[in-house]
Amino acid sequence: MKLTRRKLIVGGVLGGGALLVGWWFAKDRDRLGDRTVFKARMGEVALNGWVKVGRDGSITVAAPRAEMGQGIHSALAALVAEEMDAKWSDVRVEDAADLNVYRNVEILIDGLPFSPEETGRMIDVAKWAGSRVSGLLGVVATGGSTSVRDAWEPMRLAGASARDLLLRAAAAKAGVDRKTLTVVESEVRDAAGKKIATYGELAATLGALQPLRDVPVKKAGEFRLIGKPLPRIDVPAKVMGTAGYGTDVRLPDMLYAAIANCPTFGGKTKGFSLPSAGLPKGIVKVIELPTAIAVVADSWWRANKFLTGGDLRLNWDAGPNAGLDSRAIAADYAGLLKDGKPKLTRSRGADTPPADAKFLPATYTAPYLAHATMEPMNCTSLLDRGALTIWMPNQSSSLMRYVGAKEAGLDQDKVTVHTTYLGGGFGRRAEVDLVRQAVALAKALPGKPIQVLWSREEDIQHDFYRPMATARFVADIPADPKALPGWTVRLVGQSASSQFPGRVLGIGETGDPDGNSVENPPYAFARYRLDAIVPQGPVPVGFWRSVGHSHTAFFDECFLDEVAIAMGRDPLELRRALLKDKPRHLAVLDAVAKASGWGTPLPAATGRGIALRASFGSIVAQVAEVAVEGRTIRVRKVFCAIGCGIVVNPAIVRAQMESGIVYGLSAALHGRITIKGGAVEQANFPDYDAVRMADMPAVETILVESKDAPLGGVGEPGTPPIAPAVGNAIFAATGKRLRNLPFELK
Amino acid sequence: MVALTINGERRDVDAEPDKPLLWVLRENLGLVGTKFGCGVAACGACTVHVDGVATRSCSVPLDQVAGKSVTTIEGLGGDRIHAAQLAWIELQVPQCGYCQPGFIMAAAALLAEKPKPTDADIDSALTNICRCGTYQSIRKAVHRAAEMAGARR
Repeated sequence: MKLTRRKLIVGGVLGGGALLVGWWFAKDRDRLGDRTVFKARMGEVALNGWVKVGRDGSITVAAPRAEMGQGIHSALAALVAEEMDAKWSDVRVEDAADLNVYRNVEILIDGLPFSPEETGRMIDVAKWAGSRVSGLLGVVATGGSTSVRDAWEPMRLAGASARDLLLRAAAAKAGVDRKTLTVVESEVRDAAGKKIATYGELAATLGALQPLRDVPVKKAGEFRLIGKPLPRIDVPAKVMGTAGYGTDVRLPDMLYAAIANCPTFGGKTKGFSLPSAGLPKGIVKVIELPTAIAVVADSWWRANKFLTGGDLRLNWDAGPNAGLDSRAIAADYAGLLKDGKPKLTRSRGADTPPADAKFLPATYTAPYLAHATMEPMNCTSLLDRGALTIWMPNQSSSLMRYVGAKEAGLDQDKVTVHTTYLGGGFGRRAEVDLVRQAVALAKALPGKPIQVLWSREEDIQHDFYRPMATARFVADIPADPKALPGWTVRLVGQSASSQFPGRVLGIGETGDPDGNSVENPPYAFARYRLDAIVPQGPVPVGFWRSVGHSHTAFFDECFLDEVAIAMGRDPLELRRALLKDKPRHLAVLDAVAKASGWGTPLPAATGRGIALRASFGSIVAQVAEVAVEGRTIRVRKVFCAIGCGIVVNPAIVRAQMESGIVYGLSAALHGRITIKGGAVEQANFPDYDAVRMADMPAVETILVESKDAPLGGVGEPGTPPIAPAVGNAIFAATGKRLRNLPFELK
Repeated sequence: MVALTINGERRDVDAEPDKPLLWVLRENLGLVGTKFGCGVAACGACTVHVDGVATRSCSVPLDQVAGKSVTTIEGLGGDRIHAAQLAWIELQVPQCGYCQPGFIMAAAALLAEKPKPTDADIDSALTNICRCGTYQSIRKAVHRAAEMAGARR
C-alpha cells in the first residue's frame, strides 16, 4: 500500500478512540533510528533503533507495544527476525523507551472518530489538536488492534537494515563482495555456502558502520517465519511463574498502598479519622487525595486490612451524582431515542422507502461493562532527587510519562516508564488514573518506592466502563422478497473517545461518538440512515475490547436476522445478497457457513446463529451453536472465520479469536454493571462473573488468508460477532428474540 | 513465628496469624509467582497446593497452614519441570498469563488425583477464571500432560 510509505498524521488515538495530540509527517524509514537509539548493554551492539546483537548470538528486538496476552512481542520480533534470517530461538525482546521512532502511527489514523472520507472534519480536528495541544507529538501506545499494522513496514525494514549492516561487516572481514553472501539461521555464508561468521561473532566487528535506510524487504513468497506458528517468546516464563507483572515489581524498601476511591462518581474525600489506638503495626501513613484515601504500609495486606477493616473512618462528600441510577439513565436514553439531537448522521441510498414497504421496528440495549483484567490495577513509582521512575503494566508509556511528569511537576525528560507484562489490558490500561494516584503518593513520600494496588472491588467499581447503549431500528421490508431492505437506526450511548482526551489532558469532552460505533456497515441496503446521539454524563466510559463494535455489532447483526426472518429469507442467504459486491466479506461468510454445516439439521431445542462484523481492518464471521435447557443457555460450539490479510502467526491469530470470543461471551451471558446511589452495585467476580471452563464452547477457527488484502488487526475483531451469533442461535432454538444484554430467558 | 514447609524447605514465618497464605508467599517469602486476583477465592489465580490439595491461598490464613507443606508454582515438579508445565509450553497455552500459575497448580493437583482426567473432571476441578479465554488450550494441555506423565512413569 502506497499510503503506508508516507502518511499525513492528524491526531492520536487509543483503543480505537481519539486522543488528538498533533500532526506530522511520518515515513517508515524515518522510524529506523540510528545506532544510539536502542541502548546496548555489555556485550551487545545496536544495529539500528530496533535491533541489538550480542556476542553470545542473542538478537534483541525493541518491543514498544505492551504484551497483554495478544502475543505482540512475538509477532513484532518475528517481523525483524524474518528479514534478518535470524534463528528464532536466538531472538528475545526488550521493553522500548518512549521515543519518537517507537510511536504508534497506525493508532492515530485508524481510530479517528470519523470516517476517512470526511476530509472537512479532519481539518477541524487538526485545528483543534493544534490549538489545544502542542509539544506532545504522537504516542507509544498499544490498542485499536493496530500494533502489527503499524510495525509491518518499519520493523521489517529494521530487520532488513540490520541484516545488511551485518553482511557489510562480514564482507569486510572475509574480503568478499557483500552481494555474494547469504544468511541461514543467523549464520553468514559465502557464495560456496561456507560459514564466514555468525551474527554473534560479527557483533564485535561492526566498527563505525551505519545502518542504511533504503534496504529492500522480502516479498510475500519469500517468507520463512511469517505465516508459521512460531513459539511465543513469553510462554516459558509465564508457565514457570517467573514472568514479571506490575504487581511483581519489588524494589528495596518498597512501600505498598491500598486505595479506597470515593464510592460515588464525581465525589470527593472529606477527611478520615484514625483510631484512638493510633496506627497499627506496619502502617506508615494515611494520605488523603482529592478523590481517594490511601493507606501506605510495609505490606499491602496490612494496608488493605487497615483501610477496609473499620478502624479507619473514611469520610466522603458524595458530590453531585449521589442520586445517579443506571435505570434512570436507561429511561433518559429511551427518551433520546425518540427525540435526541444527533451529533452525527450518515445516510446513503433513497431518502424514502418504497410505497409498498412494510416497517419492522425493534429496540435493543446493552449495559455498562467493566474490563476486569485478571491483574488488578497497579502502578509502582519512585520520586527521588528530581527524577520520577514508573513501573507499570500500561498500554501507553507516552501517556503515563506525560501525566506522571505533569503530576510530579517535572519535565518529561526526568521521567522514565518501565512497562511490565500486563495481566490483561482490554483498553483499561490505556487510562491514566493509576499513574496519577501513584505519583501523588510518591510526592508525599519522596525517596520511597511505592506500589499502589487496587483490590478487585476497587477495580470493578472504579473502571472506565463500556458505555451503556441503546438502538432503535426501523427496517423497511419490500413487498418483493427478492428486493433488498432499507435500514434506519438511531443509536444512543456515551463516547469513550469524547471523554478520554478530557481526562488525560484536562480539557472538555469533544462530544463525538466513538468512531467505530458509527462505521458504515458493509451491507448494500436499499437505503441506510444512522443517527448517533451522544449524551454526556458523569459515568466514566472507556475503551473496552472492540469499543463501539462490542455493542453495535450485537444490535445490527441481531436486527438483520429479524429482517431476514420478516422477509422469509435465510439469515445467511440475505447476508450473502447484501454482500454480493464485497468478495472478501463473502469469502469469510462462506467459510464459516461451510465449516458450521449451515442448514444441516440440529437436535431439538438447539439452534445456529450467524453474525459478521468487519472491524479494525479485519472481517470476522461466526456461527454459534446453542442448546437451551429451560432457562439455561449453553453455547456448545463456535465456528469463527477471519480474514485479516497476511497472517503473521496463525497460532496467535487462532488464540486471539478464541480470546475475543470468550471475552464477548462472558459479557453476553454474565456482564452487567449497574449504578445506584451514584455508585456501582457490583464488586467482585461473584457478581460480575465470567465464562469458565465448564461453559467454554468448542471453538473452531478458519483463517481466510488473502496475500493482497491490507493487514488487519486480530486483538479485538473476534469479540463483536459472538453476542449476535449467540442471540440469533437462541432465537433459532426457541423462537425467542432477546434484544437486551446480557441474555436472559424468562 | 509460624513454621511450615514451602516447596520442600522448612521456613519460619514472622507474620500475623490471620495473614492469608497468598500474602505470606508474596510479601514475606518473595514468591510472587502466585497471583492476587480477587481476594475472595472466586478466581483461582492464587491456587497453591497445601499438603497436595489445590487451595486458594488468598482465603487461607497463615495459622491454618502451620506445620503443613505448601507447594507453589516455583516449586512445582521439584527438581524437574512438571508435565503440566511441559504441556502448557508445547500447546502454547498462556496469553496474558496472569492466571496460568493458578490453573497449572489446579491441573497438577487434578492429575495427581486422577492421572487420566475426563473433560467432566477438568470442568469440575478447574473452576478458575481466565479473562483471555485460554480454556480450550488448557483443556487440551491437561489431556496432553496426562499423556506425558504416563510416558514418564
